[in-house]
Amino acid sequence: MIEHFLVGFALLLGLFGGYLIASTRWRGKRSERPQQVHQILLPFTGTEISRRALDAALRLAKAEQATLMPAYLAAVPKQLPLECAIPAEAAKAMPMLEAIEQRATGQGVPVDARVERGRSYRHALSRLLEHETFDRVVVSATATGAAGLSGEDLVWLLEKAPAEVLILRPSPEDHRVLTA
Amino acid sequence: MDRGHYKIFLGMAAGVGKTYRMLQEGHAEAAAGRDVAIGYLEPHKRQETSDQARGLEVVPRRKVSYREVEVEEMDLPALLNRRPQLALIDELAHSNPPGLEHGKRFEDIADVLAAGIDVFSTVNVQHLESLNDRVAELTGVRVRETVPDLVLGTADEVVLIDLTPEALVARLRAGKIYPGENIEAALNNFFRIENLAALREVSLRQVAEDVESKRLTLHAVEPLGTREERVAAEVPQAVGERLLALVRPTPSSQRLVRRAWRSAQRLGTDLDLLWVKPPGKPIEGDVERQVTALRQLASVLGATLLIEEHDDLVAAAARVVRERGSTYLMVGESLPRKGLGRLREPLPQRLMKATPAGVDVRIVAHRGGREEEG
Repeated sequence: MIEHFLVGFALLLGLFGGYLIASTRWRGKRSERPQQVHQILLPFTGTEISRRALDAALRLAKAEQATLMPAYLAAVPKQLPLECAIPAEAAKAMPMLEAIEQRATGQGVPVDARVERGRSYRHALSRLLEHETFDRVVVSATATGAAGLSGEDLVWLLEKAPAEVLILRPSPEDHRVLTA
Repeated sequence: MDRGHYKIFLGMAAGVGKTYRMLQEGHAEAAAGRDVAIGYLEPHKRQETSDQARGLEVVPRRKVSYREVEVEEMDLPALLNRRPQLALIDELAHSNPPGLEHGKRFEDIADVLAAGIDVFSTVNVQHLESLNDRVAELTGVRVRETVPDLVLGTADEVVLIDLTPEALVARLRAGKIYPGENIEAALNNFFRIENLAALREVSLRQVAEDVESKRLTLHAVEPLGTREERVAAEVPQAVGERLLALVRPTPSSQRLVRRAWRSAQRLGTDLDLLWVKPPGKPIEGDVERQVTALRQLASVLGATLLIEEHDDLVAAAARVVRERGSTYLMVGESLPRKGLGRLREPLPQRLMKATPAGVDVRIVAHRGGREEEG
């Protein structure tokens, strides 16, 4: 009789010990997770993005366990409603987002992409700032040509973005871009 | 001056016979009385290719000094000066050494075309920029020399030089691609059957997309005359396809939406997105953000986002398929199932059973980490 009691007691003790070990490990794993979900915004226009800007955003995102938010900025002509479908722009944006996601996934960085419309790139960017939250913005100064964000847009971004803004200017011989 | 006619011979890998075919067609053009000259030929020490080039005039290469080494490159000024009716220019993805007119050979070709000279050229599929990562992912081999996909789009004709992987490996073993000492290494690396099969699929898809986009462009510009002509013009799109993609408010669904939109574009049809929301679950926080993002994406793409509250995903999807007349259902990968979920039939099979006969179900793989079925 007493043997049965001892075996039962030993079993209960073992189960309790196992539970304690498992719960300690689980708590340990939870404490390793980031306290806050970080988002790194990577706005871009057109059919290419500076490889340097993308790689910088990916490095930051990886180091901080953040989510990369590539955002294609589309300028909708004034004769069209702002919220209309833009298949021609989408045809440029979708392969680019696909290529960025592929590169990010290869480095283990989660991606949450956006396409934002506006009357101008700055307008699209301001609309994005209104309804999205992020901790950093990475933008390439190579996109300052006529087709992309201008120098004034970048100054505006520095003033208005409620986050750290990282403007990258690649060295003159660095022409690497990601295209789709 | 009219731009020259541009024809590209596309292959899945070295040795499929792109250059050989280009030379064959060059001979045919010359036999038809046209003035043909080889602007640049890279025979890769392949006897068959060198033999095929015989009889065609070659514009001599120019010698360029690069990093204290003398290399031979296409002589663009000499070719433009020679002005043949048709120029054969091998390997359009080639990078020129510094100091020449352009950094890339495809840019040289643009000059030749602009001069009104027709051009035949060659390229392998892994050189296309958008496919470079995909091919590297498939084969483990990354090529450095890439060209924008736009280059393929500017060609008037793209000819796929297709060969089965087995036939290509047989050519390699026979020493028709690389010299004997390199054959084993090639067989163990790039020229594995599974690599070649994947590359062949990528090439076939690429050409299919090119054909599709050109067909749609043609339809867009052709004037429609009689009723019969209008009906005939609509034949390629008369299948009446309609796509429905099952989405969830998660970032990974965006890839599914992109894929579905691309398919819808190819089919020239409408796209619906459906999220079957579990009853009683409020749309707030992260879910709300993701629903807004999906709504925004749908609006940009001209798709319709439908939100149905139902506790049975399959029943709700089947009902929407019937109501919307969907012919094509796209779902994301739903892995892994846990606990009692393992006993349940997988989602695609349940959808196939619940939807009307003839509705195709396609699974789009999730690129990142696995997610739970929801």
